[in-house]
Amino acid sequence: MSLLKVNDLSIVFGGVKAIDNLSFEINSGTIHSIIGPNGAGKTTLFNLITGVYTPTTGSILFDDEGVTGFKPYELAARGMSRTFQNLQIFFNMTAIENVMVGAHLHLNRGFLASFFGLPQIKKGDQYCRETCMELLDFVGLKKYADTDTDSMPYGALKRLEIARALASKPKILLLDEPAAGLNPAESREIDEVIKKVAERGITVVLVEHDMKMVMEISDHILVLDYGRKLTEGTALEVRNNPDVIAAYLGG
Amino acid sequence: MEKLKSPRTGGILVLCAIIAILPAFLSNAFQMEIAILIFFNAIVCIGLNLLIGYGGQISLGHGAFVGLGAYGSAILSMGQGWDPLLAMVIAAIFTGVLAFVIARPILKLKGHYLAMATLGMGIIISIVINTEDQFTGGPDGMYVDGLSFVTKQIHWYWIIGALLIFSVWASLNLIHSPIGRALRAVHGSEVAAEVVGVDTTRFKVMIFVVSAVFASVVGSLGVYYSNFVTPDIAGFFHSIELVVMVVFGGMASTFGAVVGAAILTTLPQFLTFLHDYEHLVFGLILMLTMIYLPKGLVPTITAFFKKGDKS
Repeated sequence: MSLLKVNDLSIVFGGVKAIDNLSFEINSGTIHSIIGPNGAGKTTLFNLITGVYTPTTGSILFDDEGVTGFKPYELAARGMSRTFQNLQIFFNMTAIENVMVGAHLHLNRGFLASFFGLPQIKKGDQYCRETCMELLDFVGLKKYADTDTDSMPYGALKRLEIARALASKPKILLLDEPAAGLNPAESREIDEVIKKVAERGITVVLVEHDMKMVMEISDHILVLDYGRKLTEGTALEVRNNPDVIAAYLGG
Repeated sequence: MEKLKSPRTGGILVLCAIIAILPAFLSNAFQMEIAILIFFNAIVCIGLNLLIGYGGQISLGHGAFVGLGAYGSAILSMGQGWDPLLAMVIAAIFTGVLAFVIARPILKLKGHYLAMATLGMGIIISIVINTEDQFTGGPDGMYVDGLSFVTKQIHWYWIIGALLIFSVWASLNLIHSPIGRALRAVHGSEVAAEVVGVDTTRFKVMIFVVSAVFASVVGSLGVYYSNFVTPDIAGFFHSIELVVMVVFGGMASTFGAVVGAAILTTLPQFLTFLHDYEHLVFGLILMLTMIYLPKGLVPTITAFFKKGDKS
């Protein structure tokens, strides 16, 4: 069953076709990786899917609903969340508060109730704090809960972004280079977290340069080059494809 | 939970105590006047701090919203003969609606551009007040009857003091709610806030309107208190003063806004011997704050004591 369907998607930046007539599907409950050389358009594709960019042509279907041109917060409400290649942490808050922002859509956001500090707001926050604490525990950051994020290590912040995205209760989670800049030990930790996320039934879409990680955990791999689809298939199929080898090594 | 609650309730209790005890130390009407002025400024600053400190959006035109409240009340109660309190509410609604209409296009801008746009908005409103003299009395200002049931200065003191405590309480409630977190998230990273479902535009507009309404209500009450209003209230310098109070006291700190308002409202009274150089000193304070206390007075002091706890 396809959860996300991309049809003939293109985006043009001043004459450059960053994504060129791309079509693919992502099945529910899988780990789906997108790989390709630098500048292949992986992050651009993420920005298109999550509504940060609006495509020039083409369409995106999420859960059988046309969502082309939707704003990121509208997509979040439908069950899509993501992390960022270059960290986007709320550095003016503590770790737990960052995760609690992730739960935004599932909380009472009435203005007057908040203004007058009504009990239902406080109760909701109390409950939210507990569930977010579980998420922090899930990514292994429980001890940082009340730490200001500007004094947390880089590797922890990477996992914090995942916890925050999970708090929005997504059906699909897009991870943009979660292991970038991490040492091998931290990389393995992220690996474990991603697998556990998938076990929860959340569809994971992964952009990653760490090939060992990609080959090990992906159910399906899409290879991009110059904004086009080079090939797609299982790890084994992709690994042995001569075009892929050529794109990576030059040929 | 205890940890969350104590600085909030503790701070409010300290504020209540100060407001309750203060009249005993004020020896004349002039000092009482300054105290009331501090309360007025503090309330505007609490609203402005929600926008600047928490939401991360600048406004260099908030004096104009104070002016709209003041002139709205003055015109409706004197010119139209409305009940002053009704005039105040209508002026606040009008200011809120105007802020809402302006906010959508303006808050798409960032940084210097937003500063320029709010500055321009403030100047336009100020010009309108100055030139529409058949309604506003022009540069000469307007006389306004006060509230018939509040005649003594000390009564004003208690009313505005109570309103200040309410504002602090409501501001803290708002900050510690999902709305407050969303607002701080907008400040932290707009794109990250969007992808977890925060409609950033909506929250920016909401807090702009809220801070404008705070300013408008203070403008209305201020004019009933002083029985007089001049266009200076909506002017550029008033707007800047308000921003300086917020930045000096501490951005993203409700009590900081109160402390900033208190110090910078009192200070000019001690600087009167400097006459024309008052603005110079004001500018100097802002510069020194930005260099040595970039987080503002209250957050710097709080951080200092927190560090002391750990070591």
